[in-house]
Amino acid sequence: MRTIFFILQKEFNQIKRNLFMLQLMIILPVVQLIVLANAATMDIKNINLAIVDRDVSTLSRQLISKFEGSPFFTITYRDFSEKEALNQILINEADAVIVIPENFQKKLIKNDKAKLQFSVNAINGMSAGITNYYIQSIILDFNKKIISDWKMPSSELKNMKSINVKFQHWYNKELIFNIFMVPGILVVLVTIMGMFLPGLNLVREKEIGTIEQINVTPIKKYQFILGKLIPFLIISFIELTLGLLVGIPLFSVPVVGSFLVLYGAALVYLFAVLGFGLLLSTFANTQQQLMFLAFFVLIIYILMSGIFTPTESMPDWGKAINAINPIYYFMNAIRMIILKGAGFYDIRSQIFPLLIYGIIVFSLAIFRYRKTAV
Amino acid sequence: MVKIENLSKSYENGQIHALKNINLNIERGELFGLIGPDGAGKTSLFRILTSLLIPDSGNALILNYNTIKDYKEIRKITGYMPGRFSLYQDLSVEENLEFFASVFGTTIKENYYLIEDIYKQIEPFKKRLAGKLSGGMKQKLALSCALIHKPEILILDEPTTGVDAVSRKEFWEMLLKLKKQNITILVSTPYMDEAILCDRIALIKNGEILTVETPQNIINQFDKKIYNVKSQSMYKLMKDLRGFEHTHSTFLFGQFVHFIPNKIDFNTEYLEKYLLDNNHSDIFIKEIMPSIEDCFMELDQAKSD
Repeated sequence: MRTIFFILQKEFNQIKRNLFMLQLMIILPVVQLIVLANAATMDIKNINLAIVDRDVSTLSRQLISKFEGSPFFTITYRDFSEKEALNQILINEADAVIVIPENFQKKLIKNDKAKLQFSVNAINGMSAGITNYYIQSIILDFNKKIISDWKMPSSELKNMKSINVKFQHWYNKELIFNIFMVPGILVVLVTIMGMFLPGLNLVREKEIGTIEQINVTPIKKYQFILGKLIPFLIISFIELTLGLLVGIPLFSVPVVGSFLVLYGAALVYLFAVLGFGLLLSTFANTQQQLMFLAFFVLIIYILMSGIFTPTESMPDWGKAINAINPIYYFMNAIRMIILKGAGFYDIRSQIFPLLIYGIIVFSLAIFRYRKTAV
Repeated sequence: MVKIENLSKSYENGQIHALKNINLNIERGELFGLIGPDGAGKTSLFRILTSLLIPDSGNALILNYNTIKDYKEIRKITGYMPGRFSLYQDLSVEENLEFFASVFGTTIKENYYLIEDIYKQIEPFKKRLAGKLSGGMKQKLALSCALIHKPEILILDEPTTGVDAVSRKEFWEMLLKLKKQNITILVSTPYMDEAILCDRIALIKNGEILTVETPQNIINQFDKKIYNVKSQSMYKLMKDLRGFEHTHSTFLFGQFVHFIPNKIDFNTEYLEKYLLDNNHSDIFIKEIMPSIEDCFMELDQAKSD
């Protein structure tokens, strides 16, 4: 036990010496959190619309003014050529084109129905879907208004029976994307630190040869590995705390759950991630090799973790990969804790896999670290 | 103290033979030198002795502890100084020493008497980072760290490579002092002039030990005459000497060519006449005592013949 203390003392001395690195470790994640949580948003605030109005009637103008009145739409093009309007999408000046055909008003009055055409730029499927939804809801609204204005006396309108579906979004009532993203980005930040730093530190000892001198001492393998793990566990905790301190007030994230549960889950998670980083470091001989290896694994793990996209919609093999993805478990857990107020019992199916994961990778890291070359 | 039996080690799936069937015995309290050029296998042998490397076959024992089976004991009784400076450059002199003392379960105070002579010289800089020390001071610190747990045997891998002449001399003076403390010292060096300071030396090349002897005996065993030869054109001199009928061997040695004739009753007049016939001027010929390096070259040549 005393040996571990001396090793830790040495590690902290070294970390303290590298002031620049220490500053980076503390400042960078906060900067990243502020930038990313603001930038990585799925909210679509501005849709550029090209309108081809061939009808030029009262109704067509009413419809257009509906779009004009919406805060989501900016009309960037308005002419009679459909070809030119579609070209606007091609040159990225417009996100969608609406074509109001000739006799739109006439047909609507005469036949009770008329056709409209809209085309949406679907390079980004996600934003196309949202644009589509916004346009449809405006047209639907317009449609209702016509029916009520023309077809029904106001007394009948009152008695009209209809099923009225109202949505209520739980845990994030206004669907504010930031609230969803801040915990996710926090996870990614502490993961990057945890995965790279202890591993790089260990490989650095290999690179500059100090491990040679360590290997001839009676230091035990687990002591050496623990000596690499504990300091960075502490640093990761400081980082997480800093991220919470900045992120919660800045983005008004409502914290429903308890910090005790959050930190408890984080401890289990960081143990797994740091252990994983150390395990990777036993495969690499240079910092460059480790960077490449860890980066490769990290990208896959992060993108599959459900930070941007729901994991439920992944194919089965994707879900299978996620079974060994620690980020996936913690990403779920932290959102459940912060947004839903989950307790330890509620996140048991996230915590137990992480605990088992941590024990396995940490044991493997100790096993793979060799004091003797063959 | 150290017993090495039939030790072999190869790298790259047996392509490179670093050590070929080495046998060696080192007595307690001996200052034993391993002399040989780069790539001779010195570091491989040391890494096996310090339990850092597993040999392909054979045994190495230190105080009857096997370097593979009893590696835990081996690590307690050996002090190792790798060829490359392997202390923490971002820790201070004092912190390095304290760290290595504490991981061996001892303190600086407890064994200070052992390192006093060496450490005193770097103590004024004890707050300085190890990375900022000069080459000679780094060596002294490394030696202090290797000694701080009071090892039975000190294994030093080329401790003076890349160190200036004055520091080299000082370093060897320290080794001789340590020997008096009854610490067995195993040291490797490519410098032949350091070999003479050892009790016994092993000449090693291409993973094979050419001879194990006291430096004096190695020189005494040299059974040929040897001459320093010089003329106005050294290049032509080398070439002509190689073509001389009485030449046993010849090689460049500093500002002279060492010439070894193939018979013991060689008369220098032959050589002088031969060189004059070949248009040499400013000819200088003088018989000298063989050095360790001459012996090494001779043994090496005998081996390859």
